[in-house]
Amino acid sequence: MSLNTSSKPLIPRRWLHRPSAAQVAAVIGVVILAVLIMWVRNLISFSSSADDVTLTFHDVVWSLGTAIWQVTEGLAYLFAGLIIYMLLSVLIARLTGLRLGRGFVLAGPFSWLILFFLLPFAIVLKISFSIADVAIPPYTELLTYADQQLDIALNFGNYLMFTEDPLYLQAYLGSLKIAGISTLICLFMGYPMAYAIARARKDVQTVLLLLIMMPTWTAILIRVYAWMGLLSTNGLINEFLMFIGVIHEPLRLLNTNFAVYLGIVYSYLPFMILPLFANLVKHDLTLLEAASDLGASRFTSFWRITVPLSKNGIIAGCMLVFIPAVGEFVIPELLGGPETLMIGRVLWQEFFNNRDWPVASALAVVMLIILIVPIILFNRNQAKELEGKL
Amino acid sequence: MRGLKFTNLMLVMGLLFIYLPMVILVIYSFNASRLVTVWGGWSVHWYAGLLNNSQLMGAVGRSLEIAFYTAISSVILGTLAAFVMTRIPRFRGRTVFGGLVTAPLVMPEVITGLSLLLLFVSMAQLIGWPQDRGVVTIWIAHTSFCASYVAVVVSARLRELDLSIEEAAMDLGARPWKVFMLITIPMIAPSLAAGGMMSFALSLDDLVLASFVSGPGSTTLPMEVFSAVRLGVKPEINAIASLILLAVSLFTFLAWYFTRRAEKKRLEGLKEAMESTVTESANERDVERFTAPPTNS
Repeated sequence: MSLNTSSKPLIPRRWLHRPSAAQVAAVIGVVILAVLIMWVRNLISFSSSADDVTLTFHDVVWSLGTAIWQVTEGLAYLFAGLIIYMLLSVLIARLTGLRLGRGFVLAGPFSWLILFFLLPFAIVLKISFSIADVAIPPYTELLTYADQQLDIALNFGNYLMFTEDPLYLQAYLGSLKIAGISTLICLFMGYPMAYAIARARKDVQTVLLLLIMMPTWTAILIRVYAWMGLLSTNGLINEFLMFIGVIHEPLRLLNTNFAVYLGIVYSYLPFMILPLFANLVKHDLTLLEAASDLGASRFTSFWRITVPLSKNGIIAGCMLVFIPAVGEFVIPELLGGPETLMIGRVLWQEFFNNRDWPVASALAVVMLIILIVPIILFNRNQAKELEGKL
Repeated sequence: MRGLKFTNLMLVMGLLFIYLPMVILVIYSFNASRLVTVWGGWSVHWYAGLLNNSQLMGAVGRSLEIAFYTAISSVILGTLAAFVMTRIPRFRGRTVFGGLVTAPLVMPEVITGLSLLLLFVSMAQLIGWPQDRGVVTIWIAHTSFCASYVAVVVSARLRELDLSIEEAAMDLGARPWKVFMLITIPMIAPSLAAGGMMSFALSLDDLVLASFVSGPGSTTLPMEVFSAVRLGVKPEINAIASLILLAVSLFTFLAWYFTRRAEKKRLEGLKEAMESTVTESANERDVERFTAPPTNS
């Protein structure tokens, strides 16, 4: 990139070059346009709020003045935002040891993710130690400052509840069991499908991939809802089974654990197939030829070559299914019955029905601790993928 | 060939498994009978009824608005993140940054939703913002997880790019920012479009995050659908679900179509450029032959 790295000014001099006439004109044009738009908006709101629809001269001038003030205010916010962003970039550039230009690129996503993804977990941890209270927000403060002394009230009661009430432990175990078995079913269904797509002709492949990808963009809610109609007591599946005479009375399919397994496999199958395909399509087929030349059976060469090579795809797919499935709420809520205990559902009920925010936070913290190993595994896998090392 | 046949069979079965329930849902949305399981002839009655449901229409408008904002902001954030991950090989805190980019892909939504809500509540106590939760807070929540999807899509494209073009521009004196805007952005434009549409669809679909961070009076479409679905299967819900399915498949198709067209154009451009170079160099050789005949013949 640039060669002058001898001295590091806070803001590189080349950033401060004089703007061209076109740039100045563009900026002025945008400002005038903004004023005009606001003016028209104010005029409309003036005429609609007044009792009489006629506009006086005073109204016109007043709305123009308001528009200029609003645009000035907007510009001030913009400048303040830019200055804050610059300061943030300088800070991040210093902290990460990058040049300012790159700090500028990094500052946006990094500070967003820290503020809206990392920091919230700290707050969840904090609130998990507080006590539920009838107030807004419904919990007590950890730190109170009264009579010139700082009181810290840490309450471990929310965590002790797990040992007292077997419901929570059962919910965690139930979630892990359901998510684990569903992940295995997805793997056994998804692997052959991904394999078939990876070995298909190129033009067929794009269409097949599109068919697999489309459901991942569709609401889980809608796809689960589709099964509700099919599984209900007088739904199509029961009708069909009774029609061919396998059963004589409708089976109870909806609101069972079976329906939850079905829903999770149905919803998450594409998430298993896509990473597996991305891996399998890169394999060097000459390895399989070499193996068969050396006398390996199809199964041996598949088991000893293809499966080990696709290890990273298997990990990525399984994690993409397992981790969200553990915390799944919609599927057990709509398809599961009263005996389906899953932690996402319990957390939702604690939060929305009981309004017990501290217990819900404690549940989230424990869930995160359980999931931390799979998440790190997934992240390391993905980081390599993002950098193209796989 | 037996193994291949088995995998193809599995593929067909799997696709049937994925698509049959959705097809049946769409067919039953045209059912004239109010009893959802009894077929009473074709009708668009339930679709017409949707238009009169002003609460639902309000939720649709709000959802579309949020999805639009989310698509724009997550494309910007996600592209920056992808650029950092693929082009800046090492800096302090890179592992943390990589983790923050990919973790939202798998983080259970109940955890993200709860933590964001608690953040907003604490912020409201500390700095007085946000006073009431609604479109803005849902937009922030959606951007945080959609940006990760965009980052994955865009970084895949950035990795395929020929670095030598960017390097050539920089060698010719273009500044990094200019290189990014004039060379990198046009080359990754299809994946930006795909990422944007993906974010739009994801934002339109989300139920759990929106339920946590929305305030009173700002229900989105999935929240409306969920509260109706909880009470059981209804023909109106069949209709709205079919419309959502249609919208999403249209979006997927458009995203795929644009990516494919851009790819085709790129390959054609490459081919043309190669052919023209070949003919040019051939011409040059001809010219050389005519102007400077071999001296010793």
